[in-house]
Amino acid sequence: MTAVIDASAVRIDGVSRIFGSGSHRVHALDNVSFDARPGEFVCLLGASGCGKSTLLGILAGIDNPTSGTVDVGDRQVGLMFQDSALLPWLTAGGNVALPMKIRGVPRADRKARVEQLLALVRLAGLADKRPHELSGGMRQRVSLARAFAQEADVLCMDEPFGALDAMTRDLLHDELERIWRETGVTILFVTHDVREAVRLGDRVVLLSSRPGRVAEIFDVGLPRPRRIDSPDVAALAVAITDRLREEVVRHGH
Amino acid sequence: MATEVTITSATARATPVGSAADIDAALAGLDALETATEPRPPLALRIWSVTWPKLGAIIIFLLLWQVVVWSGWKPSYVLPGPGEALSDLGRRVTTGDFWSAAARTLQRAVAGYALAILIGGIVGVAVARFALLRSAVGSFITALQTMPSIVWFPLAILLFKLTESAILFVVVLGAAPSIANGVISGIDYVPPLLTRLGRTMGARGLQLYRLVVAPAALPSVVAGLKQGWAFAWRSLMAGELLVVVPGHPSIGSDLEDSRQLLDTVGVLAMMMTIFVIGVLVDAAFNAGDRRMRARRGLLPPRSH
Repeated sequence: MTAVIDASAVRIDGVSRIFGSGSHRVHALDNVSFDARPGEFVCLLGASGCGKSTLLGILAGIDNPTSGTVDVGDRQVGLMFQDSALLPWLTAGGNVALPMKIRGVPRADRKARVEQLLALVRLAGLADKRPHELSGGMRQRVSLARAFAQEADVLCMDEPFGALDAMTRDLLHDELERIWRETGVTILFVTHDVREAVRLGDRVVLLSSRPGRVAEIFDVGLPRPRRIDSPDVAALAVAITDRLREEVVRHGH
Repeated sequence: MATEVTITSATARATPVGSAADIDAALAGLDALETATEPRPPLALRIWSVTWPKLGAIIIFLLLWQVVVWSGWKPSYVLPGPGEALSDLGRRVTTGDFWSAAARTLQRAVAGYALAILIGGIVGVAVARFALLRSAVGSFITALQTMPSIVWFPLAILLFKLTESAILFVVVLGAAPSIANGVISGIDYVPPLLTRLGRTMGARGLQLYRLVVAPAALPSVVAGLKQGWAFAWRSLMAGELLVVVPGHPSIGSDLEDSRQLLDTVGVLAMMMTIFVIGVLVDAAFNAGDRRMRARRGLLPPRSH
């Protein structure tokens, strides 16, 4: 049993999630299965209604599947949202410290760890800034630092760069890749941007919509570091986009 | 299930990728571009810029008042000019009686307001939290809020006679519903994302309330507190006019005494006192409110 847990950081097995009942039943996830190896970067790609937020909620332990199992062993799961979701009444440092405060980490330890995490996302010395004094990209980095403050071994990211301008997003791809390599964390990265998925992922899990099902899993065999505008990334993205279109077209009938 | 799409091409390696230092420099450049801050003007200038419009308004009001007096609409012993009223107020503030009356009034206000915060806060959280309680008493709170506080006095006097308790009773009833409503709407409007975030980090129950829900609800709670203060102060003034506790002079009872002595100058002087206290408390609330909004980035950018 332990061997199984060690082989994969996250094992999602036959997970279904149904909301409501009777005629108001919404089948958000249907028999979703895949797994992620420790330290693997897995991108979840899907159009609207693929149940990605539901899946992340189940992984983060704030929702339960109707059937099936999610096994992360004794790993800690951190969640990062599309909107940076920083608490506006706290400073950047206060936001990063929050998960530690909830866990009861002593104040002195919190302070040192906050400095360390802000340095990790290249925001050293900005602990006293308020979220509104930071740019969108900086807020997302604070949010990333806060996700790491949950001492996460598995980081679930819900379209974290979706609202950023292209240049900032490209830089944050590089940053995230660096941090991922430095920390060895397992990342499940949800996006609807095919190129972003190919730029970042070791594998791309393509989800179909309503109900959310695994349509296909692509291995991205490209060497790192990659560029989002390189021809190889573009070529694989085209192949995946075609497959995604097939899935979306099914809903037009 | 797994499909392997492998693309082999020389360009993968040929495309140059920025080194760690390049990324660092680019990020630093973007950060600096996007977070330029303008310098704050000096303190004296900031105080002056909020003070002069108020001073101007007061001067215009006093001038209009003087014009009405000069017009001879009422004889000067019925409606004296602002000069007389101000000099009477100036004389009063040098007496101990004035300050002990003001101190009693303020002490009543603070005691009643504090009790109203306690009761309103508890009721607000309870109603926001339990759906049954909300459907049971939620709409009664607003109904209670719209009742003029003066209608409570007959009952208060029957229950408590002419005592401090009668005044306290009405002040609390006046203020608590506004405070409760502020708390309820504050909790109702907490963005679900923030609650979800708190839960993701492992906060539950009281901890979730303390670290996420309460601070998120604060703006609405402060609005409720401000409105609650206005109701408390009105109720108190009505109470001090109606419930004159023997041997307990207060601002309201001084006002009533002046009326009975047909001392219009005294009436005006006491009304100015009430007005000034109102302005000071409002300024304190506004300062707190501005501070809160500034921290949360909700202040409009300075226009010059």
